[in-house]
Amino acid sequence: MQKIAELMQAKAIELLESGKAEKVLAWRAGEFFYDNAPAAFSNVDACKEIVYNEFCPANLAKYLIEATKQQKKTAVFLKPCDTYGVNQLLKDNRIKREYFYAVGTPCSGMLDEKKMKALGAKAILAVTCEGDKIIVETAYGTKEFAKEDVLLDKCIMCKGNKYKIADEELGEKLETPKFTGDKFAAVKAIEAMPEEERFAFWQAELSKCIRCNACRDICPACSCEQCIFDNQDAPVAGKAAADDVEEQLFHLIRAYHVAGRCVGCGECARVCPQGVKLGLLNLKFIKDINEFYGAYQAGADATTPSPLVSYKDNDPEAEEALQRRG
Amino acid sequence: MQKIGVFVCWCGSNIAGTVDVAAVVEAVKKIPDVAYAVDYKYMCSEEGQKLIKDAVVEYGLDRLVVCSCSPRMHEATFRKCAESIGINPYMVEIANIREQCSWVLKDVAVATEKAIQLAKAAIAKVRFNDPLHPGQSQVVKRALVIGGGIAGIQTALDIADAGYKVDILEKEPTIGGKMAQIDKTFPTLDCSACILTPKMVDAACHENITIHTYSELEAVSGYVGNFDVTIRKKARSVKAEICSGCGICTEKCPARKTPSEFDEGLRNRGAIYIPFAQAIPKVPVIDREACLKFKTGKCGVCSIVCPNKAIDYTQEDELITEKYGAIVLATGFELIDLDKYGELGYGRSKNVITSMQLERLTNAAGPTEGHLVCPATGKEPKSVVIVSCVGSRDTTERGKTYCSKVCCMYNAKHAMYIREKYPNVDVTVFYIDVRTPGKGFDEFQRRAVEEYGVHYVRGQVGKVLSDKDGNLTVFASDLNSGKHLMLNPDLVVLACAVKPAKDARKLASMLTASIDTNDFYVEAHPKLRPVESPTAGIFLSGMCQGPKDIPETVSQAGAAAAKVIGLLAKDKLMTNPCTAKCNEKICSGCLTCTKVCPYGAISGVEKEVITLNGTREKRVVAVVNEALCQGCGACTVACPSASMDLQGFTNKQILAEVDALC
Repeated sequence: MQKIAELMQAKAIELLESGKAEKVLAWRAGEFFYDNAPAAFSNVDACKEIVYNEFCPANLAKYLIEATKQQKKTAVFLKPCDTYGVNQLLKDNRIKREYFYAVGTPCSGMLDEKKMKALGAKAILAVTCEGDKIIVETAYGTKEFAKEDVLLDKCIMCKGNKYKIADEELGEKLETPKFTGDKFAAVKAIEAMPEEERFAFWQAELSKCIRCNACRDICPACSCEQCIFDNQDAPVAGKAAADDVEEQLFHLIRAYHVAGRCVGCGECARVCPQGVKLGLLNLKFIKDINEFYGAYQAGADATTPSPLVSYKDNDPEAEEALQRRG
Repeated sequence: MQKIGVFVCWCGSNIAGTVDVAAVVEAVKKIPDVAYAVDYKYMCSEEGQKLIKDAVVEYGLDRLVVCSCSPRMHEATFRKCAESIGINPYMVEIANIREQCSWVLKDVAVATEKAIQLAKAAIAKVRFNDPLHPGQSQVVKRALVIGGGIAGIQTALDIADAGYKVDILEKEPTIGGKMAQIDKTFPTLDCSACILTPKMVDAACHENITIHTYSELEAVSGYVGNFDVTIRKKARSVKAEICSGCGICTEKCPARKTPSEFDEGLRNRGAIYIPFAQAIPKVPVIDREACLKFKTGKCGVCSIVCPNKAIDYTQEDELITEKYGAIVLATGFELIDLDKYGELGYGRSKNVITSMQLERLTNAAGPTEGHLVCPATGKEPKSVVIVSCVGSRDTTERGKTYCSKVCCMYNAKHAMYIREKYPNVDVTVFYIDVRTPGKGFDEFQRRAVEEYGVHYVRGQVGKVLSDKDGNLTVFASDLNSGKHLMLNPDLVVLACAVKPAKDARKLASMLTASIDTNDFYVEAHPKLRPVESPTAGIFLSGMCQGPKDIPETVSQAGAAAAKVIGLLAKDKLMTNPCTAKCNEKICSGCLTCTKVCPYGAISGVEKEVITLNGTREKRVVAVVNEALCQGCGACTVACPSASMDLQGFTNKQILAEVDALC
């Protein structure tokens, strides 16, 4: 990964110097080595601050909206899964192709320091990967974990190492985590619950929400000029705010709004400070869409219309769709 | 301050019989901004309207709520009333306290409470009403009739006679439709072709009618008065302008393995064929799937024998674009597939036939020149069994729940003319009920029984078996005597259910015309607007709207034509001002709205907009073409940021109604 960071720094400098980009979107180290944050670089000297390691989960795609608005050619480093969000933003006319330069950046799966801590690694000093082994140096000695135990949740169901959009690719593709289970197993378990239990589950889950809006702000499908929940003139906003089930309405409406556009990046659940299982709601929609209209992956390209907004002669009728749902 | 007037109608005893109208008046009077409220026996009457107008003047009302029947009935009346006194017609709201209240509730207290609730909702909405102003659109003075059967031909003739241009679009190589296949028509038994072909010729010769046969609807856009239509004229592989229709090619064609559609598969036709002698246009068509020249590259016989050198293997489909003011659907019907009725032996024995096949067998122009024979043996039958309601009035999954309406009469007709021509042939008709309402219809059926000695047995046929020698055994029950019957007819005729043409569903989605669960087109009102589709500018003619016989079809065809003429006679149409409107300030340009709009009324336009911060910014936003927008509201619900709103039914108005109710 260190090698990739060096490649990124060199690439950023090259792009800025050649004038191919006025700005480069990458990651910068935070207080700790495991809380890297998105950052924009327009100064060649600053590019040495670009970092890349197993703790750069944030998708930089959404910052391209601002780049498009400013009409500034912006280079962006994209991990393979980040490219889906970029395509979705293109499809939604939120970004313009001529204003960004996409650099495919290899990734072998991001790690979750919270999982390491939970497994007993206190005061983490450094993390090194050796294949499927993760060596964690802590102030109290060295610990070793299996990679699959400390992978970031969103990386467990990795979409693979292919870039869905890229002007160039940096270095060699890395091997990504292989997921062989049923992507929808958790959704199916909830579907199988009796109605009251299911209701109670969601009540408990969604009432953890503190309405910090992090899920919305990180989401590549939530890209409205003004969110309906921020619009005082939109009567639904007032409704959602007036009710004690506000946060539940918020998440349900958000799930509907991103249905067919959610690329399944899992960023919403990752950034949630309350650990709400937000990805499950979106996965339920993805599962329904796949079952009703055939397999569909939002963001796989920038042109195929979402099944929810396109009509085909063989689309199931409501009754048939309900039957399929069982 | 707003001044709202509330007018509660009794509708005689229709509303006042169940709703305490005085209590409704008292309740709404307490609502802020309600300046006046009153009840009256018939608010729609001239006296009632005068009462409204006087109240507007006396109390200075600026918005009105009428608690009465469905807005479909009298909204226009009260809007006109408001306009006449200087109030914008869109400042009127109707609370439907009849269809949605007094008619469906029995208890006075409950109905009164609901009426008050509905009135409150309407008052809550009217507070947010804004004056709206309709625009105008031009009317293209040309109609398109889809389907060239008797329904389409009659509609086209009536429109053309009124002086308007009409195009007939027919998917088959000839106009004529199902009526051309029929032998004789009930109840007068006149020859079907004899009464149809003059109409076909009239249509072909009419200066105002253009016929596109072997053609399909490719694309439609636009709206009432201004439809843009693309027609795909499929390649006939014959140059129509130089073909003389001599038919030599059809006789010499060596590829003769395709069953004739016109003769219901009772004989084969060539790959190049003219469906029947009186076809219009009398120009053959090459079925490229069957043609040896197209399949193998060898042959070309038709081209060699054609005296006019009219054969053109390289001909390609042609796309024609045309503008129309109105579109009539006259797509007709077909018979259901009998795959699910295996027990009746269709497909296993050639001597089990459909009624349509019988029409061809008795038709002088048919495969046997009108000589009734059993298809398997070529011999005259000694006895015939006719089975009614095959797939009709069938509540199981395999059939149709409706009555196909025409079968009882044609069964009597078939029985009668078999007995007429072959008095020695025994004919038995199995039936559930005999349904023969209509002028001269019941008399006709009775004649079949009383004068022609046709046996009518009340009961259904359970099974038709065919032994190895092809002999048929019919197992049935006679419900009147309670006996099981076993008959050995030589020929079994199945009167199978009708269903809308295969393309009905596809056309419905292209034209945004509604269909019912059976794919029949839905009329705008089952009683009061029976020939109009709920989509403005789309009209219905014939079987595509529901089962009907020829006299009814022709009447409906004329009615549809009258409606079209009424539309085309107008120079301009007032457009509905209740259209979608985009708030460009917050539109993100995702253009989901453009994808769900059934009318193609919204497009993405890159333009400079003022942002929420007051700055200027160039970005893609949705722009509504008000002339195309029909106000369905699909965009408003699809828009994630609520930038799309429907004027007259804004999100604010609807939520105000909901809030007033709960």
